[in-house]
Amino acid sequence: MIRLERVTKIYSDGTEAVREVSLEVERGELCVLLGPSGCGKTTTMKIINRLICATSGKIYIDGMENTSINENELRRNIGYAIQDIGLFPHMTVGENIGTVPALKGWPKARRRKRAKELLELLRMNPVDFIDKYPRELSGGQRQRVGVARALGGDPPILLMDEPFGAIDPITRVDLQNEFLKIQQELQKTIIFVTHDIYEAIKMGDKIALMKEGRIVQYAPPADLLYRPRDEFVAGFVGADRGLKGLQLIRTKEVMWRSPPTTKPDEEVMAARERMEREGIDWLAVVDDEGRFTGWVLSSHLEEGRKVKDIMSTSAITATRNAVLSEALSLMLTSGPNVLAIVDRSNRLEGVLTLQAIQNALREAAQKEESQ
Amino acid sequence: MRHQVILVSLLTLLIGATIWITSLGKVGIYSTFTYADLVWSAWAHFKMVFIAVIIATAIGVPLGILVTRPGLEKLALPVIAGASVGQTIPSLAVIAIMAPLLGFGLRSAIVALVIYGLLPILRNSYTSIKTIDPAVIEAAKGMGLTRAQIACKIELPLARPVIMAGIRISTVITVGTAELAVLVGGGGLGKITLTGVFAREALIILQGAAPTAAMAIALGFLLERVERWTTPRGLKGA
Amino acid sequence: MLEAYQFVSRHPEMLAKWAVDHLWISLVAIGIGAVLGITLGVFITAKGREPMAEVVLYFAEIMMTVPSLAFFGLLMLLLSHIGLSAIGFLPAVITLILYGQLPILRNTCTAIRQVDPALIEAGRGMGMSQRQLLFKIKLPLALPVIMAGLRNAMVLIIGITAIAALIGAGGLGVPIFRGLRNARMDLIIIGGVSVSILALLVDGLMAMLERWITPRGLRG
Repeated sequence: MIRLERVTKIYSDGTEAVREVSLEVERGELCVLLGPSGCGKTTTMKIINRLICATSGKIYIDGMENTSINENELRRNIGYAIQDIGLFPHMTVGENIGTVPALKGWPKARRRKRAKELLELLRMNPVDFIDKYPRELSGGQRQRVGVARALGGDPPILLMDEPFGAIDPITRVDLQNEFLKIQQELQKTIIFVTHDIYEAIKMGDKIALMKEGRIVQYAPPADLLYRPRDEFVAGFVGADRGLKGLQLIRTKEVMWRSPPTTKPDEEVMAARERMEREGIDWLAVVDDEGRFTGWVLSSHLEEGRKVKDIMSTSAITATRNAVLSEALSLMLTSGPNVLAIVDRSNRLEGVLTLQAIQNALREAAQKEESQ
Repeated sequence: MRHQVILVSLLTLLIGATIWITSLGKVGIYSTFTYADLVWSAWAHFKMVFIAVIIATAIGVPLGILVTRPGLEKLALPVIAGASVGQTIPSLAVIAIMAPLLGFGLRSAIVALVIYGLLPILRNSYTSIKTIDPAVIEAAKGMGLTRAQIACKIELPLARPVIMAGIRISTVITVGTAELAVLVGGGGLGKITLTGVFAREALIILQGAAPTAAMAIALGFLLERVERWTTPRGLKGA
Repeated sequence: MLEAYQFVSRHPEMLAKWAVDHLWISLVAIGIGAVLGITLGVFITAKGREPMAEVVLYFAEIMMTVPSLAFFGLLMLLLSHIGLSAIGFLPAVITLILYGQLPILRNTCTAIRQVDPALIEAGRGMGMSQRQLLFKIKLPLALPVIMAGLRNAMVLIIGITAIAALIGAGGLGVPIFRGLRNARMDLIIIGGVSVSILALLVDGLMAMLERWITPRGLRG
C-alpha cells in the first residue's frame, strides 16, 4: 500500500534529516515510526503526503508514485492528524470534520451526515457536539475531533503525528483503546509517529525504530522487545522489557473466563464454601442481570449473614481489550489483587488475577532469555 | 541598516528641498520665506512641541502609573477611556475649539497639543506597569523588598522602555499636530505651510511642510535611540 | 454656544451639506484604501516576501510621521505637475487613502502572521491549495484584527478630512476654517463639535461591526 524506496531528505543547510529510508506498509497495517526527537520520523511521514519533498528516492502509494499525483489531490486522499490538533477555531466541529469532504465537493447534507457518523464512531454525541466550536471542547474532545477530521474524506491512508500527544495520560489511554477498536473495524493503512515506546508497542502492528535519519530496526513490537538488532535498539526499548511486554498482552488473553461469583442475597456460609472449594480468597458479586457490583473477600467472612452485608462495593473495572499494564495499575488502585473485566453494560465477563499477570510476566522473561 | 539608509535619504531629500525653495527667493508672484523666517519658525515649532510633550509626560506618566496602584484601579478604565476619546476627536477640532475657550495665542495651542498628545503616554505608562509578570513582583516581595523598593528597582526599570515608546509616539504626533497651531495663534512651521495653502502655491507649502516632516522623522529616530539606550540589557531583543 | 445653536437652527441645510460631504470623502477614501491596503498586505505577507514587507511597512510608518498638512502640500505639487487638479476632491481623497494605509497594512500583516502555523499545516496536510488556505483559513482568522485596522484608519481619515477643507475639498472643516479666519466662534464650535461627534459615532459603529464580523468560534 505504501512503499518508500531509499528516500533521502537533505535540507539546504546540509542537514541530513532522512537517509536512504526504505519501508513497506501493507494494506490495513498500522506502522509506527518511533525514535528520539530529531531522528527524522516526522520528516519521513511528511514526505509521504509531500508536505516536505524528498531530495531523492521514491514513494509509491498503491503502486503509483506520489509525485505523479497533484499534491493537493494526493493530500485529500490521505488523512492527516497532528499533535497540535490544529482544529480551525472559526469553524464548528461539523465544519472541521467536513473540511476534506468540502474540498472534494461533497454537498452540504452529505458532509453533515459524514460528520455525524464520525462523531458517533468516536463516541461523541453528534447532537451535542456537531455545532460546537473547538474552544468549547475539552482537550480530549478536541483530540477526538482531530482524529474524526482526519477520517473525514474516508481516506484509505492515515498519517498521524503524535495524535494523542497533547492530552493527559488517562484520557490518552482511553483514546488509544478506542482508536484501536475503530481501526479493527476500518482497517486503514496508518503511519503513526510517536516518541513514546509504550504507545508504539501498544498501537503498532510494526514499528520502525529510527535514529539519525535511518531506520535501525523495522519489526513487529515483540521482535523489537525480545530480539533487538543492536545496542541502540536494546537501549531504547530499555531494561524493563518485561514490563513493557505487558503492553503487548490484552486482558482477554489471560483473564479467568466465567469466574466464581456470588449474589447479594446469598448466605455467607455458601460463599465461604465456594471460596474454599476453588482455593481462592475472593468472589465477584453480580446482580441478577450479571452486572458486577463488588467483591466478597475471605477476610470479611466472619461478620454478617448475607453477602450484601459484608461485601465491599467497587466500581473499578477494565474491558477485555485493555492491555495488561493498564489493568495492573487499575488493580493496584482497586485494593484486592483481582480486577473485574466487564463489557459496555458492566456485565462481568471475567476476572483478572495478579497471579495471571505474574504468569504472563514470567513467560515474557523466558522468551527474552531464550535468545 | 536598510532603515537607516531610507531614513538618511529621506531627511536629505526633505532638507535639500527646503534649502532649494528658500534659495529661489520668489515663486510666481510670491516671495518665499527667508532663512531667518525658517529658522525662527522651526525653533518656535520645536519649542511648542517640547513644552507640550513635557507637560503631557508630567501628567501622563504619573497618572498612568497611579491608576495601576491598588485601590485606584477603579479609576483606570474611565481615565484611559477618557484619554482615548480625546484622541478619537480630530486634531483640528481639538485645536480649533481652543479659540472660543481660551482665546488666540500660544497658550491655546499648547493646551490643545497636550490634550492630543496625552493618550499614547498615558496608555503606555499604564500598560507598561500592568504587563509586568506578577511572578517577578511576587519574587521581589518574597525577598523582602519594600513597596518603594519594588517600584524603583523592579517596576520602573521594566516599564521604562514602554513608557519611552509612548513619549516617542506622542512627540511624533505632536510635531504634526503643531502644524495646525498657527490657526489659534501658536506660530511655528505651520505658518509657512498655511501661507502656501492660502496662496495655492505648492512650493511654499513645501517650504513649511518639508522641515516639519524632517523634524518629525528626526525626533522619532532620536527618541527611538534613547528608548533603546534606556532599555535594560536583559530585555533587549535581537 | 448660543450663537452656534442659533446658526444651526437657521441653516440646518448647511450643516447637513458639510456633514454629508465629510462622510462621503471619508467613505470613498476608506473604501479604496481598504481594498488597496488589504490586497497589498496579503501580497507582502506571502512566503519569501519578508524583506519587501519590511520595507513597505517601514515606508508606511514614515509616511505617518509626515504631518497631514505637509502631505496635502506635497500632493498638490505632484498633481499639478502631472496636470491634474491640485485642489478639491481628488487630492484630498488620494492623501486620505495614503494616510490610511499604515493601520490597514500593519494590521493585515500582523493578523495573517499571527495565524497559528499548526492550522496552516493542518490545512495543507488536508490538501488545501494556497488560495483555499488564504480564503478559508488565514483571512477569516485575520478578519477581526484587519477590521480593527480599518477602524483606526477610518477615525484617522475623518480627522484629516477636516483639514482637507483647506484645499477646497469641503466637509466639516469648512466652518472651522471660516470661523478661524473671521473670528466667528459659532462656526468654530459647530464644525469642531460636529466633526468630533462624527468621529466618535463612526468609531463606535465600527467597533460594533468589528465584533459582529468576528467568527463565532473566536469570540471570547
